[in-house]
Amino acid sequence: MNEDTVRAEVRAWLEANWRVDYGLVEWRNILIDSGWGVPTWPVDWYGKGLPAGLAAVVDEEFARVGAVGVAKAGIRRLAAATLLAHGTPAQKEQFLRRSLTGEDSWCQLFSEPGSGSDLAGATTRAERKGNRWVVNGQKVWTTSAHHADWGLLLARTDFDVAKHQGLSYFIINMHQTGVDVHPLRQMNGHASFNQVFLTDAEVLPEHLVLDVGRGWAVATTTLMHERREADGVRNWGRTSAGVGRIYDEERAENATVMEPYKWYPQRAGRVDLVIERAKAAGVNGDPVVRQEIAKLLTLSKSAEWTARRARAAQMQGKPQGPEGSLGKLASSHVARAAARVHTMIGGADAMLTGEDGAMGGVIAEILVSVPAGSIAGGTDEIQRNIISERVLGMPKEPRTDNDRPFRDVPKNLVG
Amino acid sequence: MQFSFTSEQEEFRSILRRFFDDKSPTTTVRRLMETDNGWDRAAWQELNQQLGLTAIHIPEAYGGQGFSFVELGIVLEEMGRALVCAPYFSSTVLAATTIVNAGTEAQKRELLPAIADGSCVATLAFTEPNGRWDTGGVEMTATRDGGKFRLNGVKSFVLDGHTADLIVVLARGDKGLSFFTVPGDAPGLTRRALKVMDPTRKQARLEFVSVEAELLGKEGGAAAPFERTMIQAAACLANEMVGGAERLRESALDYANLRVQFGRSIASFQSMKHKQADMLVEVELAKSAAYAAASAAAEDDPDLPAIASLAKAAASDAYMQTAISTIQIHGGIGFTWDNDTHLWFKRAKSSEVFLGDATWHRERMMRAWNV
Repeated sequence: MNEDTVRAEVRAWLEANWRVDYGLVEWRNILIDSGWGVPTWPVDWYGKGLPAGLAAVVDEEFARVGAVGVAKAGIRRLAAATLLAHGTPAQKEQFLRRSLTGEDSWCQLFSEPGSGSDLAGATTRAERKGNRWVVNGQKVWTTSAHHADWGLLLARTDFDVAKHQGLSYFIINMHQTGVDVHPLRQMNGHASFNQVFLTDAEVLPEHLVLDVGRGWAVATTTLMHERREADGVRNWGRTSAGVGRIYDEERAENATVMEPYKWYPQRAGRVDLVIERAKAAGVNGDPVVRQEIAKLLTLSKSAEWTARRARAAQMQGKPQGPEGSLGKLASSHVARAAARVHTMIGGADAMLTGEDGAMGGVIAEILVSVPAGSIAGGTDEIQRNIISERVLGMPKEPRTDNDRPFRDVPKNLVG
Repeated sequence: MQFSFTSEQEEFRSILRRFFDDKSPTTTVRRLMETDNGWDRAAWQELNQQLGLTAIHIPEAYGGQGFSFVELGIVLEEMGRALVCAPYFSSTVLAATTIVNAGTEAQKRELLPAIADGSCVATLAFTEPNGRWDTGGVEMTATRDGGKFRLNGVKSFVLDGHTADLIVVLARGDKGLSFFTVPGDAPGLTRRALKVMDPTRKQARLEFVSVEAELLGKEGGAAAPFERTMIQAAACLANEMVGGAERLRESALDYANLRVQFGRSIASFQSMKHKQADMLVEVELAKSAAYAAASAAAEDDPDLPAIASLAKAAASDAYMQTAISTIQIHGGIGFTWDNDTHLWFKRAKSSEVFLGDATWHRERMMRAWNV
């Protein structure tokens, strides 16, 4: 198939099938059966086996007629991609379709109080007892855990082998008494994440993904998709303004899923507000302020152009150059510089928040949200390790956690 | 705006890289930088005859190759990388671009072919001892003398000013700012090579005492073409600078991989890895800005003035910071004359300032964006 035949086919299919008076789940089931919902997936599992490059054509045609797609937002996308890669046929049967329709929602139980950057240091324990896996431990930073149906769980099944060999990957039912979800209030006042306490929580044996002891390989797949879709967060929020039942249902779905992400634009620094704010505050003539704004704009424009270089290379099918690995770190720099400039422009008002703060508290929210960007999704320090090791080929630091049973590796007192 | 190079442009770059690896090793750079002229006419001819580089962005109608600022940017990036000692920035970038922007049709036909084929090395004399990069600093006077003009005053910081065959001069007359052309050996012109920090790029002080000059373009009409030339030249210099910055970054990485302390490669220390990662971010971001500026210059994008200043500011900071970090990573050896790092460090320093430093360009960018 080439671009033209794909375009013609999807267009014809949409003309014959797309209607706004479907219910959201009803339509998505039709879509899933057609293969156009996830065209890059294999034909056996709801897809068309198209190369990634042609998926954009399908998206364009959907956008052209305003057709609703499969459920994209949130962790369900990562769950679906992970199970597609590693799940048993029974797991795929049970979970893929309901994830794509949006009926099932998911959360990711990876980070723990004692293991953040070092995810493979998880100490949450899963033990086989009779016909069940029994799980005890604590997870943290779990977005949407409070309304998730299922969790992707990374847990330790063997403390007597090396760190990465003792992990297993499970699908856990979040609706059970052993799973206790508490919102975690952040320094910016929002509570987008949760702590999840697992106390004798149960997992069915058929919900082990891949084999016992191979959990790290599965988690790596999830993380790879998470990194790849890091940009996606921005696109998820886009809801059609269309009129009709299906659009109403999609908007309601998005409102729920996007709730934890509503401060993310502020986390990125809101460079877009800087010039208007400087003019409004009457400091745009101050040479020092002008220099700081110019430094910020230089940084943010350069970062934007670097991302576009990476995308252009990807579109041309060129091997990824260094420019493709720098985005996360560059956006941390931009966000911090933006917070400094917003403070400078705000003057004394930068001490105020909420309705007393500038722009009804938006500026204050920038100032107290920016630190998160340098931590979430891989800290700046981990990004620098990744860049230096994978892009620049520099050697890893000597390790002291891989050559002995995990039981003997020094750990945090918490977790 | 173009965010990737075509396969022809990539191929062109790899040809240039091989050529300069061969023709401009640091032994050659060191030999030429010790000479008074700073460049070698035979090597200059080769540059032109083998690759036609002196003609690259000059329109075909005037004996050039008619490529765009993107191709010129590639040449400059590779020259900056190899620290090529040649009057390329002075002749091809500054002088030829000024003539394209300011000259009459007849003057372009007369002057440009010789610059394009490398037989004439030209330069642009616009700065004066006051060191200003804008037209406000121009004090040199031009007075009418029959059909010709007479120039009086002093130009300084003139790239290759003591060796150029043709000098394009910016001067002030009754009708305002005008460009003039003067032969390098004109009577009344005294040329003195300045003692420059960066010996790979020579500069001169030119004293004009009643020097006879030809008007270039319209009398009193130099302000606009000068402005345009400076913007295009800033985009060009940014591309040259990121080439040098990348070379430094790579040399720092090579050295870190080689050097052993405390029983292990220093490249395995996180402090070193994080420094290298930061250097990569800084250089890649500056490269993106430089490429954006070259592309904007090629397309004559209305946003070019802001983008060119942004790119020059980014390159000034990134090149200098990369040079500082490269010396730091080398440790003591990096501070010696024998180690090559200082050659690029000095180019970084002179380029940081030349055509306006980062602070100056940031202010220009803000004005261009009406802040």
